[in-house]
Amino acid sequence: MEHVLGFDALLLARIQFGFTVAFHFIFPAFTIGLASYLAVLNALWLKTGNERFLRLFRYWIKIFAITFAMGVVSGIVMSYQFGTNWSVFSDKAGPVIGPLMAYEVLTAFFLEAGFLGIMLFGRDRVGPGLHMFACLMVAVGTAISATWILSVNSWMQTPQGHIIGENGQFLPEDWWAIIFNPSFPYRLAHALTAAYLTTALVVGGVAGWHYLRGHGHNRGVRIMFSMAMWMVAVVAPLQIFIGDQHGLNTLEHQPAKVMAMEGHFESHPDGAPLILFGIPDQDAQEMRYSIEIPKASSLILKHDLNAPLAGLDTIPRENQPPVAVVFWSFRVMVALGFAMLGLGVWSLISRWRGILHTDTWLHRAALVMGPTGFIAVTAGWITTEVGRQPFTVYNILRTADSVAPLDAPAVATSLVAFILVYFAVFGSGVYFLLRLMAHPPHQGETGVEQEVGPMRAAGTVPGTADPRTGAK
Amino acid sequence: MENLGISFDLTVVWALILALAIYIYVVLDGFDLGLGILYPLFREKKERDLMMNSVAPVWDGNETWLVMGGGGLMAAFPLAYAIILPALYPPIIAMLLALIFRGVAFEFRWRTETRLSRKLWDGAFIGGSFIASMAQGVILGALLQGIEVEGRAYAGGWWDWLTPFTILTGLAVVAGYAFLGACWLNLKLEGEIQHRVRNMARILGLVTVGFIVLVSLATPFLIGIYWAKWFTFPQIIFTAPVPIAVAVIAIALARSLIGHGRDWLPFVLALALFGLCFLGLGISIWPHIIPPSVTLWEAAAPEKSQWFMLVGAIVLIPMILAYTGFAYWVFRGKLDPEQGYH
Repeated sequence: MEHVLGFDALLLARIQFGFTVAFHFIFPAFTIGLASYLAVLNALWLKTGNERFLRLFRYWIKIFAITFAMGVVSGIVMSYQFGTNWSVFSDKAGPVIGPLMAYEVLTAFFLEAGFLGIMLFGRDRVGPGLHMFACLMVAVGTAISATWILSVNSWMQTPQGHIIGENGQFLPEDWWAIIFNPSFPYRLAHALTAAYLTTALVVGGVAGWHYLRGHGHNRGVRIMFSMAMWMVAVVAPLQIFIGDQHGLNTLEHQPAKVMAMEGHFESHPDGAPLILFGIPDQDAQEMRYSIEIPKASSLILKHDLNAPLAGLDTIPRENQPPVAVVFWSFRVMVALGFAMLGLGVWSLISRWRGILHTDTWLHRAALVMGPTGFIAVTAGWITTEVGRQPFTVYNILRTADSVAPLDAPAVATSLVAFILVYFAVFGSGVYFLLRLMAHPPHQGETGVEQEVGPMRAAGTVPGTADPRTGAK
Repeated sequence: MENLGISFDLTVVWALILALAIYIYVVLDGFDLGLGILYPLFREKKERDLMMNSVAPVWDGNETWLVMGGGGLMAAFPLAYAIILPALYPPIIAMLLALIFRGVAFEFRWRTETRLSRKLWDGAFIGGSFIASMAQGVILGALLQGIEVEGRAYAGGWWDWLTPFTILTGLAVVAGYAFLGACWLNLKLEGEIQHRVRNMARILGLVTVGFIVLVSLATPFLIGIYWAKWFTFPQIIFTAPVPIAVAVIAIALARSLIGHGRDWLPFVLALALFGLCFLGLGISIWPHIIPPSVTLWEAAAPEKSQWFMLVGAIVLIPMILAYTGFAYWVFRGKLDPEQGYH
């Protein structure tokens, strides 16, 4: 096989897919939650007529529009990369996962895209009721999209409901079993909750920034901080519980992944220790310099101090995932999860003491925690995806047997191009987002439709003045 | 394969659904990619704002049909997806990267604070639109000229797609999209600027028809089976109406663009022109999905996959067309250039 700088086409293709999908998922992780937040803000505005909610809606929708566009264009890349770089996988798994992805397009992407224009620009054209409906459709669309793609991913982790055909393809036998494969409900709950938590942290972080900049009297800032902290306080503990359940499910169906997460090279017949930290040495098949809590891992995973737990010594070397990556990314995710829980609890205490809006250290903490959702989400994905290695379809199809017959120089070139373009384009996008976030929501906040100039057509639209200001 | 024997089975149904999705993509994203190609001809910021606004509410939906094309191909014809994409790796990657630049330009443009930065993203919009269009034309040409297959995989090198013919089809698509864009602007704008886009549409219409003639003349020489379809009796009875209809539509287009009024007519006729080209391509390729070796049936997903998706497609595609149509309806009518920017 050809090499470029010691990388073969397989490794290059893996790096490219990992890079583009990690980058891509950052955007939906934010827009899934933000779409729902916008729908809530719009509903509150319609219900109460309180202008502050409209102001917040307009403030966040500008941020939403940019993030959504970046999610769309980086998502198109994903829908083609299965074929360009993983053509053998696509040929074999296409009959099973292809239809699920087609349903994602039909039920989610079109729904989001079809109503996005109305959500962004159509308030004055369609009236408040239909506009609210459009906001809901966009929010629902993002969640439906996540549902289908997580079903696909879960099937790759815990495949069932198929047979292997004579031509080597996975052939669907039972669609219900395929869609509702064993890890799907847990993964869906875990990923959706992560998206809502990520959004709450961003909103809280932005509010925290404005408090620190002396905008603590700004009602918009106060409302968004209060809403975000409620969300973190409720969702962070929920997420830890769901994550734990997801882990137990993984132990049942993908034990090698959990062994790597735990760093258990050896089997423990009478109670496995919880390894807090250590340096995994996969070549030597041992954990160096480990700090352990005796029997705690068995307690967490089996709810019994003395329950036996098998280690990677029961898994042939060629079927083991890369332990160090999985071990560390898992720890990053869990540590951030508990930090989020801490923020939520802290906010509850401050709220109870009546200092939610004046607790400067809380505001600092919220600001620091602002981007951590993205890090935790990415770390979680690395854990589960690298933990599935060396397979694309767990225990059935190896990653090395999935890759497209491309020359290494071709993949190396595209990889470099992706890295340059993504950092340039999405780096600029993040800069624009930060600029928008740096301004506090203010009175007379403009939405997208006023900003982009002449959206209104001349003379073809019946007068649809804002019902709140016009009709009353 | 001697005649155009048509048997309506699930595979054919899916081929038609995919063809419909790709046609809708080509005309919808075609006109908004066309705006990017025409962008350099409009220098004033106000004019450019107007052009952007004419598609801002709908471009995202337009591009979704491309995802439908890719996802649908993988779902309904996984083998074709697995062969075509690696075979056309460079133009596909180029298209994806170009679409990133032009897609974000829609949003970033309004956020720029300096002239330089705005020029930069305007440039990204122009370059991205041009390269994406060119790449799509190259992809079309490369498929049409045939792809080397061995077993269940692509067997050629990574530059096989680059030939004079694919450059021709690339330029043809650029011209065609620019023409669609001009027809769209003719529909959406009024006053002096409309007068200008109408002039552009006249020239671009001529260029587009010229490219159609060139590509049509070159295609039968690519692969023997194409020649047989278009130039031997009795197939010619079935195929000849296509070029004749193209000629009729071209004349109607010329009439509609020379006169004034009925601003929707050139756009609708342009859609018909693209439809006929599409039909012609379909006739050439049929019954293959990858000429000259892989047929639709060889590449098709198993029946269980086809049925499962068909149930959803029958319900969902009409709904999608309905609310997409609604979105266009909401933002119908001429844009008012006097409705100021603030």
